[in-house]
Amino acid sequence: MNNSVANTTRLLWAGLRALLVLTVLTGVIYPLAVTGVAQAAFNDKANGSEIKDHEGKVVGSKLIGQTYKGLQWFQPRPSNGLGENSVNTQYQLILSGATNLSGDNKELIKSVKDAKAAVIKDNSTPGHQVKPSDVPADAVTSSGSGLDPHISPEYAELQVHRVAAKNHLPVGEVEKLVHEHTDGRILGFMGEPRVNVLELNIDLKELAAKG
Amino acid sequence: MSPVLAGVLQLLALIGALALAYRPLGDYMARVYSSTEHLRVEKWIYKAIGANPDTEMRWPAYLRGVLGFSLISVLFLYGLQRLQGSLPGSLGFASIDPDQAFNTAASFVSNTNWQSYYGEQAMGHVVQTGGLAVQNFVSAAVGIAVAVALVRGFARSRTGELGNFWSDLVRGVVRILVPIAVVGAIVLVACGAIQNFAGIHEVGQFAGGSQQWNGGAVASQEVIKELGTNGGGYFNANSAHPFENPNGFSNLFEIFLILLIPFALTRTFGRMVGSVRQGYAILATMATIWLGFIALMMWTEFHHGGPAYDMAGGAMEGKETRFGIGASAIFSISTTLTSTGAVNSFHSSNTAFGGGLNLLGMMLGEIAPGGVGSGLYGMLIMAIIAVFIAGLMVGRTPEYLGKKIGTREIKLAACYILVTPTLVLGFTAAAMALDTPANSMTNSGAHGFSEILYAYTSGANNNGSAFAGLNADTQWFNSTIGIAMLLGRFLPMVFVLALAGSLAGQQPVPATAGTLRTEKPLFTGLLVGAIMIITGLTYFPALALGPLAEGLAS
Repeated sequence: MNNSVANTTRLLWAGLRALLVLTVLTGVIYPLAVTGVAQAAFNDKANGSEIKDHEGKVVGSKLIGQTYKGLQWFQPRPSNGLGENSVNTQYQLILSGATNLSGDNKELIKSVKDAKAAVIKDNSTPGHQVKPSDVPADAVTSSGSGLDPHISPEYAELQVHRVAAKNHLPVGEVEKLVHEHTDGRILGFMGEPRVNVLELNIDLKELAAKG
Repeated sequence: MSPVLAGVLQLLALIGALALAYRPLGDYMARVYSSTEHLRVEKWIYKAIGANPDTEMRWPAYLRGVLGFSLISVLFLYGLQRLQGSLPGSLGFASIDPDQAFNTAASFVSNTNWQSYYGEQAMGHVVQTGGLAVQNFVSAAVGIAVAVALVRGFARSRTGELGNFWSDLVRGVVRILVPIAVVGAIVLVACGAIQNFAGIHEVGQFAGGSQQWNGGAVASQEVIKELGTNGGGYFNANSAHPFENPNGFSNLFEIFLILLIPFALTRTFGRMVGSVRQGYAILATMATIWLGFIALMMWTEFHHGGPAYDMAGGAMEGKETRFGIGASAIFSISTTLTSTGAVNSFHSSNTAFGGGLNLLGMMLGEIAPGGVGSGLYGMLIMAIIAVFIAGLMVGRTPEYLGKKIGTREIKLAACYILVTPTLVLGFTAAAMALDTPANSMTNSGAHGFSEILYAYTSGANNNGSAFAGLNADTQWFNSTIGIAMLLGRFLPMVFVLALAGSLAGQQPVPATAGTLRTEKPLFTGLLVGAIMIITGLTYFPALALGPLAEGLAS
């Protein structure tokens, strides 16, 4: 009996020492070494890919979505995840997450329906009526992170007439801007085509100021 | 190019990369676990542990090592979370409550990484980097060690010795996981994953005001989260968060990391038992199921059934624009057919049949290709069941790799396959029968039932992904899922190691004309069939109440 207690103690003691030494290796040395290399070689990316506007002011991250008040700006995807009923407000980053609603959930059906109606109404200008079939899926659904920095090229395209009208810019110029900011798939096949909303709005602001 | 074609090309690129890595990595791992040499750093570690790495262990000693180390790990991680409020480097976060700290400790030690907390709101640098990420390494190394012990059981004869646990643990970390993780972390940072120790800070916004940012050693944790098939995200949104998974390339790279070791271990197995073709048969079984599931997932997600998606014109809820549907489908199958549970899209918002495939993938026991180590030993147990069934058909004593599958072996294999269904169905039934657990559901009806079934399936199979609508941070779910994770991880290991000991003690039987050729396609077919039938019979009634009911209604 005493023998088995002693054996167990010895085993657990060995286990603790193994855990501590492996913690030093994988929980201290490894992350610090990676951080050192990352900070030296990819300083900008390792710190969140900050992006500056044309005045040189930091206005966010290339990778993180934001809220743009006012219909003169290109709008991101809806973000109905953890935003509404907890401490997070949409695109505030302290809490990321999805709605987790299923395809037959009444709440989701309603929010898609409402979002679609709003997208059609907001983006229809005199002389340009948006059709329901023009609205892409990403315009009416929330992303997984709730921080999606991108919209599909179709959704950007759809917003061109509205943005042009609100900023008193020619449609052609805004369209050109969207084309410049449309990224294809990486190497032609990885991921999906997309438009970075923050980068697009920064250049739109510049264009509108000049225009 | 259509999104479907792009999805298929991404799948082909992934298969190509895995094929390139298969032989070198598989052979390398076989050498790692067969070598008699010790690196200098390893010698130093053994000295610190106070263990002799050359002592051969019989199965009870090996098991004691696994359980002792894991028990200490649970206690240590529990303590670290309970003390967080007093530790420096915790970003001002409070200590974690006892039930959640138990759940999280059980979760990371069992290689599950179920998370009932929100990473960016609960865990500081010390717990994330010094506690959770460490378990991502060591729990993965424990899984590989147990698989290697079983393989040695097949490879050795007339000895009960299975190797040395401490040596297998340390080598897995030092020679396999850390080197790949270092390279992988740098690749992820180059894509845009963050890697710093900044606190919570405000960054200006376009429209004025500011956004609140979390810093963290994200890339270094992200890479081992995938490589060790762990799955616990630094952030709540897991691999959907742009700081964890910035673009289409990083996404494919992360899927590659998830599948890398589980597939390559079949080569290691083949090498160690002296016939790489035996490894190919196991690989073919895994790959067949994996590919079949991906094809079905792509079909159902692109087809987007469900009233909300019909109206939206695509199943993009819970998915990121930069990944789209194809890459999300590949990720979600790869994460649920291994024991990973990381997500780049939210499974609860998959189409009904898509969510059902995620569930079914876990219910197969995560063996196609499964978690690091656990996938291989799970599949070898199924192979034993398959030769047993074949043996019954022809009336011969079944044998596998020259070892007789007698009464003791088949009893241990049967116990192994009974553990998780018992936990999943038992706890799900209890949760449904009681009044309060159902209050945690976000969705009602069939999908609400699926949320709870998914939670226990994910826990007991050590996956960790969720139908995350379920509010799992209650005492009931923290405790019961915590227990399911621990029993679902360590009870099967008991049976695997006992089986390994019994196989290693046998005298090999020479192959005759009547021996079932387990390296042939016929056997792969038999094995796939056995897996599907056993899982189907076990879980069909539960699946019918959840995703099947939902899918047929829409």
